[in-house]
This record gives sequence, structure tokens and C-alpha cells, in this order.
Amino acid sequence: MQFMGRKSKRERTQAIEGYVALSPWMFGFLFFYAIPILASLYLSFTQWTLVGSAKWIGFENYIRMFTRDPVFIDAATATGFFVLYSLPFKLILGLMLALLLNMKLPGMNYFRTIFFLPAVISGVAVSLMWIWFLQPDTGVVNTLLRYVGISGPGWFWDINWALPSVAMMSIWKVGGAAIIYLAGLQNIPAHLYEAAAIDGASKWQQFWRITLPLLTPVLLFQLIIEMIDAFKIFTEAFVITQGGPLNRTYFFLYYFYEEAFRNFNMGYASALAIFLLIVIMSATALVKWWSNRWVYYEN
Amino acid sequence: MKTETLASSRTQEIMDLHKARVGRRNRRALPKNILIYAFMTGLAFLFMLPIFWMASTSLKLPREVFAFPMEWLPSNPQWGNYEEAFSKFPLWRFMWNSTYMVVLSTIGQLISVPLIAYGFARFEFPGKNILFMLMLATLMVPTHIKFIPLYWMFQQLGLIGTYWPIILPEFFGHPFFIFLMTQYMRSIPKELDEAARLDGAGSFTILYLVILPLCKPVLAVIVVFSFLWNWNEFMAPLIFLDDFEEYPISVGLAFFQGRYSVEWHLFMAATLVSILPVLVLYFFAQRHLIGGLSAIGLKG
Repeated sequence: MQFMGRKSKRERTQAIEGYVALSPWMFGFLFFYAIPILASLYLSFTQWTLVGSAKWIGFENYIRMFTRDPVFIDAATATGFFVLYSLPFKLILGLMLALLLNMKLPGMNYFRTIFFLPAVISGVAVSLMWIWFLQPDTGVVNTLLRYVGISGPGWFWDINWALPSVAMMSIWKVGGAAIIYLAGLQNIPAHLYEAAAIDGASKWQQFWRITLPLLTPVLLFQLIIEMIDAFKIFTEAFVITQGGPLNRTYFFLYYFYEEAFRNFNMGYASALAIFLLIVIMSATALVKWWSNRWVYYEN
Repeated sequence: MKTETLASSRTQEIMDLHKARVGRRNRRALPKNILIYAFMTGLAFLFMLPIFWMASTSLKLPREVFAFPMEWLPSNPQWGNYEEAFSKFPLWRFMWNSTYMVVLSTIGQLISVPLIAYGFARFEFPGKNILFMLMLATLMVPTHIKFIPLYWMFQQLGLIGTYWPIILPEFFGHPFFIFLMTQYMRSIPKELDEAARLDGAGSFTILYLVILPLCKPVLAVIVVFSFLWNWNEFMAPLIFLDDFEEYPISVGLAFFQGRYSVEWHLFMAATLVSILPVLVLYFFAQRHLIGGLSAIGLKG
């Protein structure tokens, strides 16, 4: 009995010390996650300009969003297409790059350094660099195209090319994805390949039967991370296009920013924010559910 | 015993045979390797083109900047462009502001993350797993959607236009870092704690004297990522700061872009300067960066 008592006392100190250790996170969670999110949810049902008190208007913001706001449609379309344009390329090219970098050849480390570099530079610096890089007349890309007799498009300044240009910029950062794949590739036990080689499996078969299945957990992780990231595109719109031309790059967060901090329509902007949160969370849940069909777990 | 040796020597034989075959294949594959190198080099050049173009432009004369057709290299490198960029844009000021934000944010993470991770890694208490899941779920929430309530909150506190709204949240631990640290601490043998406990050390002495010194690799990862993220952070300072004297380099550059968009040689010089600290960090700390990304990629 006495032993039991001591043990439960030990347990109690454990619990108290555990909560003490977690207290900074719990405080942060409360004040920088839970309360702001709930407040955003509340504000999304109001009309508010940051001065005075918020006026409750029920579902009005959401009704306006879905039924009579063409800009919302533009923003949702631009963001959706950006995700569609950039995500598959990033995932597939990232994997291909990682496979190249994983080859046991001398000097691969230098290539790794080069390809990963774009992923660490700030969005603003990258945007400025690319504005200049993609200048229609004096830019590098169009000059190179001119060498081979193609007259290049107006990139960021062309209605049909603005969105693909932003996607291209984002694909330039593919090295970040490649590095994570690379870690996954290096984690695959070499004896599997040796065994397969002895059994006469070709490189191609090894890729489809060993590499890809064992890489699916990393693939899922990448898919989720990159998808969430793509939904959050903002800096490029702010720095390069200001949402133009003709709202083709009027990304969701940019609309949110404009509504909230330029027009001070805090209520409507909150509704936009909540909508984005719901989209991201459902997309993640959907991907996770879908992944049960293709992710291979060893244990 | 004997059959085992036999079997293993048989395996060895097969492996040797296989290795010899692979070796022959490798020698035959030499032209293929050259092809791979050529391809990789070409691709690397392509990837570096935007950066090369920035560097080249930053050294050009104004009249060369808009030359048509373009000139790949400046006829005579104008190093004075950098001096001019520094005098035209308050680059020192912006970089100092960024440094200030980076250092304080990193300190915040270094103080809070080990403590929180210790709680998750070493203590048993009701609700721990739920709290851990909740912490991971916050990784999914875009920071931006909290900006309106936070703006109001900090406005009430009179802190808009200061660095507090940006730095304060960093003192409560980033979920990515907490996750990494927790995983790492779990891999440290518990016997170490028990030994220290028998010597009379309390839980928090154990954290700071026994466990934390073993966590240096994760601390390095935190420093590197915190530097990168805060140096590159754009939207939070854009919203919470209101005087351009206070802007970090990211917002500062974007601010000037609208105003001086003709002087691209100076502008590219400024942009290059703005990423120099990141480049230096990148070349020296690449290992930690890649280590951190790999760890989360594999465990996530």
C-alpha cells in the first residue's frame, strides 16, 4: 500500500512537472492559435472596420462571398490553378532531381548545394530577381528564346502567362522538395537493391517495385506540405503582379490582405480567412484519406 | 554452425560475383556517367541563371541595363553600384532591423522549445497525446488567418509599429521545432535521467545539465531555420510595422521596388546584398539545414 502511495505521488509530480514544461506552449496555443482562430470565426459573421464594435450580420459575408463577389471567384480560381500548375511539377521534378542527386557519383554534393540554393532565398528577393529575369524585351529567358527564333511571351505582364510564370518561379525552388526525397532515398536499405539485382531486376523494375513504394510516406508528406504552402502564396502577388493582369494572379491571401489591411473590411476578410482554413484542412484530410490507397507502411 | 558458415560463404561468393559484374558494368557505364554530368551541369547552369543575371546586372552601367539586345556581362564592372545602392536605400538600417528580429526570435525559440519538448518527451500525464496531436495540427494553420485578431490585440496593447507582434509569438515554441526536439529527446536513453536523479538532481536540472547538452544538433537546426524564416519573413512585418525605418530587409526591398523600378542595376545590387547573409549561412550550415529537413521528412 505504502509503495502504491509513493508511486502515485511520483505520478503526481510527473504530471505537475510535465504541465509546467508544456506551459509556454499551452499559453502560446491559447493566445496565438485558439483565441485568434475563434475570434476570426466570430468576426467572419460581423461587419467591422477595426474601430468601434463589430456588427453581427449573420451569414451575410459568406453569402456575399459565394453569390455576388466576382473577385472572390477570381482569387479562388487563381489560387486553385496555381496549386494545380505548381504542385505536380514540384513533386515529380523534385523526385527526378533527387534520383539524379542520389547517384553514387563524385561531386554530387556540389550539385546538391546548387539545386537547393533557390529554396533558401526569401520570397521578396526571388520575386525581384525574376521580375528582371523575365523582362519581355531585355530579360534572359526571352533573349535565349530569340536565339532559337521564338518570340517569347510577356510573362508576368501577359494575361495568359502571368500565372504560369509565378508557378515556374515556384518550381525553381524544387530543390527544397528534392532534399527531403533524397533523405528518403538514402533511408532505403541497400540490401533490397542488391537482392533485386541478384534476382535480375532491371533498374526500371527496381524503381517501380522498391524505390517508389518505400518512398510513398515521404511522397505523402511532401504532397501535404507543398500543397499547404501553395495555398498560402502571397509575396509573389504583392511584389510582382499586384494581382494583375486582370486579376489572373489575385491569389487568395493577397485578396485577404487587401480586404483586411488596405480596405479595413475586417469582417469580410475574416470570412475569407476562415474559408481558406477550411479549404486547407479539408484538402489535407482528403489527401490523407486518399493516401490509404497508395502509401506503403512497413510496419 | 558449419552449414551456416557454408551458407554465408556461398552468399559471399554470389555477392563477389555480383560486385564484379557491377564493376564491369561501371567501367562500361563511363560514357553514361559523362552524359549524366553533362546533363546535371546544364541543369545547374539553368538554375543559376536568375542569380547570375542579378549579379551581372548589379555591376552594369545604367545605359547597359536596358541595352537591347541584352549584354550578358558588364563591359566594365561597376563596383561603385554597391556603394550607391547603400547610399540610396537604407540597406544597413533594414539589415540591422532584420538581424534584430532574427536574433530575438531565435532566442525565444531556444528558450521555449527545449522546455516544451522535454515535457512531451519525458513526462507522463493525462492528455499528453492529445496535446501533442494538437500541436502538430497547428502546423497546418496558416499564420495569416490569425492576423486580424492579433492586429486588434496588439493595437489594444499599443504595440503596433513595434517588433513585439512579430517576436512575442516566437517565445512560445514553433511546432516544427518542438516536434524535432521531442523526437530527438526520446532517442536519448532514459538511464541518463535516472542516474542523475539518483544523484539528487531535479527534473529541470536534468534537462539543462544532462539532456540539453546532448541536443546540440537540434539546437543548431533551430538556429539555422529560425534565421532563414525570420530573415525571409514578409507578411507579418508588412502588417504589424508602420514606419519604413523599422522595416526588415524583405519589406524594405519590396517598398523601394515600387519607387525606383528604373534603376535596376542598383536594385539588383541591393537584392544581392539582402541575400548575402542567407548565402553565407547556407554554405556554412547546409548540413544542419538538410539534417533538419530530412529528420522531419522521414518522421512526419
